[in-house]
Amino acid sequence: MLDDFMVRAALAGIGVALAAAPLGCFVVWRRMAYFGDATAHAAILGVALSLALSMSIFAGALVVALLMALIVNSLSGRGYAMDTLLGVLAHSALAFGLVAVSFLSGIRIDLMAYLFGDILAVSRLDLAMIWGGAAVVVALIAWRWSALLTATLNEDLAYASGIDPRREQLGLTLALAITVAVAIKVVGVLLIAAMLIIPAAAARPLARTPEGMAAVAAMIGSISAGIGLRAAYVFDTPAGPSIVCVAALIFAMTSVMRGVRHVR
Amino acid sequence: MSLIRVEDLGIRYGARSVLSHVSLSVERGEIVTIVGPNGSGKTSLLRAIIGAVKPATGRVLHAPGVRLGYVPQRLHVDPTLPITVARFLRLPGNISPAAIAAALTQAGVPDLGAAQMSQLSGGQFQRVLLARALVGKPDILLLDEATQGLDQPGSAAFYRQIEAVRRDTGCAVLMISHELHVVMSASDRVICLNGHVCCEGTPDIVASAPEYRALFGTGTGGALALYRHDHDHDHDHAHGQEQVHAVGQSEAAE
Repeated sequence: MLDDFMVRAALAGIGVALAAAPLGCFVVWRRMAYFGDATAHAAILGVALSLALSMSIFAGALVVALLMALIVNSLSGRGYAMDTLLGVLAHSALAFGLVAVSFLSGIRIDLMAYLFGDILAVSRLDLAMIWGGAAVVVALIAWRWSALLTATLNEDLAYASGIDPRREQLGLTLALAITVAVAIKVVGVLLIAAMLIIPAAAARPLARTPEGMAAVAAMIGSISAGIGLRAAYVFDTPAGPSIVCVAALIFAMTSVMRGVRHVR
Repeated sequence: MSLIRVEDLGIRYGARSVLSHVSLSVERGEIVTIVGPNGSGKTSLLRAIIGAVKPATGRVLHAPGVRLGYVPQRLHVDPTLPITVARFLRLPGNISPAAIAAALTQAGVPDLGAAQMSQLSGGQFQRVLLARALVGKPDILLLDEATQGLDQPGSAAFYRQIEAVRRDTGCAVLMISHELHVVMSASDRVICLNGHVCCEGTPDIVASAPEYRALFGTGTGGALALYRHDHDHDHDHAHGQEQVHAVGQSEAAE
């Protein structure tokens, strides 16, 4: 079954959707959408470094994404507004990454494959990485769920319950770095943030509890991956962007549904 | 031992010192109120007690196994976060539906369990926060201007609820309030704070302390020092009496 590249692609997409769903909910609730972007853009630098040092792209991207996340974490609240800080770091990392890639004259690499992903070329090993990473992310978030939710609602409330909000934020940051690293192959650096945010935002009108929102987001993400891949095959469009387009259409649908419910 | 003991606490934000040499303790079952002008370090003190601020000097001691019930000044629920009141109360984990219903009843909002947090009114929201603090069966409730944004009858009713909770559960209460006239009459002990402890004692003693009068005036400044409802000065009595009557303290105050 795994011999079929379409099956591998679908499984890869669903794996990323499952990890991105609960994480994406926190990204939306905590208003860290740009944080996802910054981490993802930094990953291009990681790709360049791992090609230069000829190590695994997954490892390189993970290390740089993690570094980026830690830098943002420690710099936040020190005089710059968060969006300024992220803007500086995200675009610098992307620029340095693109420049670094240009030095790698020996090997010709297809930059597009990393910017937009190449889900149809997912190998068995990639698939193992994606599902392994997704499992770690889901387990981490499930383990810290209540504490994270409390810290998201109010930091002082968390302190009073014996929860350290900074530690929880670090866990979230770690999960974000892992997700970015595994999702590069699937949707690419430029569209990772879309997989985090769009399914979660589309799930919002359909949910009454935080858990419900994460579950619905996972469903919407998986459906988007399935339909997007099918559409890419039929219309011969790029696979990663097609998946994001489907998610965006679902977002439009649930938003309209909410609008209709409000009018009644 | 005391539920909470603060010893020689100092807090600084950068170079700015907000609290210095603060020592106090809260015993089981007592209601202690912290009063003080804006910027006097009231909220910083409470945040140091719950562990959200690291002391620059001194220390904060909790009795072993003490359970804190914290009611923040404000809590913003992002509209993108769907959460029902019951789910919010279940956040610490392992809370039975019966315990949630009991806490909501205790806080005076028994029917709100299924409501969305983002759709509550100001008064309902504060009571839900109180229920959230009560659900963990706290030994001490910590309230940071919990009636901010409530109107006069609303906050009077809220404080009556706090007194009822203390009566029923025996938990201690440490609260910050700017509504001196309401709060001081309901407190066992008042601590007047202005970067340091100016004075402390029973409401009677504090209200007549020169340090307190220097901070809040003797009543001529308006409704601030209304605890003693003096008739030897001229301000708007109708307003003041209405406030005092609203909490059923007119005899005591007169």
